[in-house]
Amino acid sequence: MDQLPSYLIVIPLLAAPLAVILPGRVLQWLLATVVSFVVLAIAGMILAQVIETGAISYAMGGWQPPWGIEIRVDILNALIVLIVAGIGAVVMPFAGRSASQEIDPQRSGLFYGLFLLTYTGLLGISMTGDIFNMFVFLEISSLSSYALIALGRDRRALTASYQYLIMGTIGATFFLIGVGMLYSMTGTLNMADLAARLPDVSHARTVHTAFAFIVAGVGLKLALFPVHLWLPNAYTYAPSAVSAFIAATATKVAVYVMLRVLYTVFGAEFSFATMPLAPILIALSLIGILVTSMTAVTQQDAKRLLAYSSVAQIGYMVVGLAIATPSGLTAAITHVFNHALMKGALFLALGAVAYRVGSTRISEIEGLGRAMPWTMSAFALAGLSLIGVPLTAGFISKWYLVVAALEQGWWWLAVFVLLTSLIAVMYVWRIIEAAWFRPLPAHREDVREAPLALLVPVWVLTAANIWFGVDTRLSAGIAATAADMLLGVTP
Amino acid sequence: MDVLGSYNYWIVTFLMMAGLYTVISRGNLVKKIAGLNIFQTSVFIMYISFGYVKGGAAPILEDGVTLYSNPLPHVLILTAIVVGVATTALGLALVVRINEAYGTVEEDEIHVQDESF
Repeated sequence: MDQLPSYLIVIPLLAAPLAVILPGRVLQWLLATVVSFVVLAIAGMILAQVIETGAISYAMGGWQPPWGIEIRVDILNALIVLIVAGIGAVVMPFAGRSASQEIDPQRSGLFYGLFLLTYTGLLGISMTGDIFNMFVFLEISSLSSYALIALGRDRRALTASYQYLIMGTIGATFFLIGVGMLYSMTGTLNMADLAARLPDVSHARTVHTAFAFIVAGVGLKLALFPVHLWLPNAYTYAPSAVSAFIAATATKVAVYVMLRVLYTVFGAEFSFATMPLAPILIALSLIGILVTSMTAVTQQDAKRLLAYSSVAQIGYMVVGLAIATPSGLTAAITHVFNHALMKGALFLALGAVAYRVGSTRISEIEGLGRAMPWTMSAFALAGLSLIGVPLTAGFISKWYLVVAALEQGWWWLAVFVLLTSLIAVMYVWRIIEAAWFRPLPAHREDVREAPLALLVPVWVLTAANIWFGVDTRLSAGIAATAADMLLGVTP
Repeated sequence: MDVLGSYNYWIVTFLMMAGLYTVISRGNLVKKIAGLNIFQTSVFIMYISFGYVKGGAAPILEDGVTLYSNPLPHVLILTAIVVGVATTALGLALVVRINEAYGTVEEDEIHVQDESF
């Protein structure tokens, strides 16, 4: 069953043009949904197999690595693939109702086609063992998500998409420059092979430059402060289902790329001992967490507020990644998993609000707690998870981060995490207060609860937030194994 | 170090900086895309230069030839050119839509319209 991972790329890739030519919205949606379920099932099988037998390697087209493109799934990729596949399988059913209202019927085929292409790209990035192939998948997912964002109803979606295109392309080109320099020094593109050859040439200036280009490029893609400015607009003006999908997966996959490049390709010792990366990343992330959390508090639009909060949450992941100890990495990977769940649930809940009310401005959410109790209580629960209240998924990742900080003797970092969580309380509270503690305006009296087709996906993710706050075997358990693997520690 | 001998890398560096500077400094959305294009093209030239082997023949099997240029970077860059074309097309398509929606392609004028909106 070694070819399983290739199905994850081939199936959505072939389904994408098919979705464009299928007649009618319902058929297109059905195809996308079935594909997403199949992909999730395969991702689950891959994870089970990787846990049982170790990494899966598949040579694309029969060309053996390191010459051919290798698809390589180890415990870290398997988890990331499961996240992407799982979020896709929850958002795709949601997109049926949500997009039928937000997307022009003539464009719905293109919408599902692009959605599947983004899905393909993200799955491809998470599985490939070839660094140039990683660039290609990065661009497949990015280009299709620029187009998806431009499908938003507001004309500002166009400028948001344009801004994202410019920043994303600069990031990807930086990555490409770095890859080229690595190739010129080692003559290989296979990541495992690169890892074996780089130590011999690690003193060379070219390798140092390549490292800088790749880190800066991936930093742009994962919206590391201060190059995060494309993200808030893109998330705010994209169609609801797209915001939920991209917010929950795209930056997470970029964090994965960062992990893979720093730990597998360059190796932890080069990345953090030879190059002074840790202080840079930690300082940028800490400033970023503080600034973007404060910015989130002042936002007037709930989607925009969540977008700024996303940049802050990415900061926590990068801090964990830069601590470079098993517990720091565990915190980062667990947060990748948990943050996908919470932001997915929050953006989907806002999508349900937009479906009924047509806006996500905080002033328009007033009193909706009474009109849409199920949607808003899901939002509140996922919001608690975002803050990091015990018994929710968010608590688990913050707990690991605090433990990792204390292990280093960095008590100030632990205090910082707790204090910035208080800022998260402030911004989540603004929405909860508007929804539950303000009277419902007279012109909203006829607003009803969101339809079941939207509520079920919202609650699936909300329930997952609670589930993974209690049972951490899948999230933190696997993250810890992956962290040990990345650092070369035998458990 | 042979400064003039690696002149193609000087061209790469110059184009890279010129392109990136255009993207950052210009307010016209079309000019930004043009800058992005120059920036990407510099990377293409860089890859092609990597493949050059001194005295190497074109990589086509032939009797009596033992030294070939490395064709792999050229193949890689074909892929990157495709990506670049797609990016340019998408970027220009977005500019067309922006022009339809705002009636301008100047960044500052778009900004003013959004503020007053």
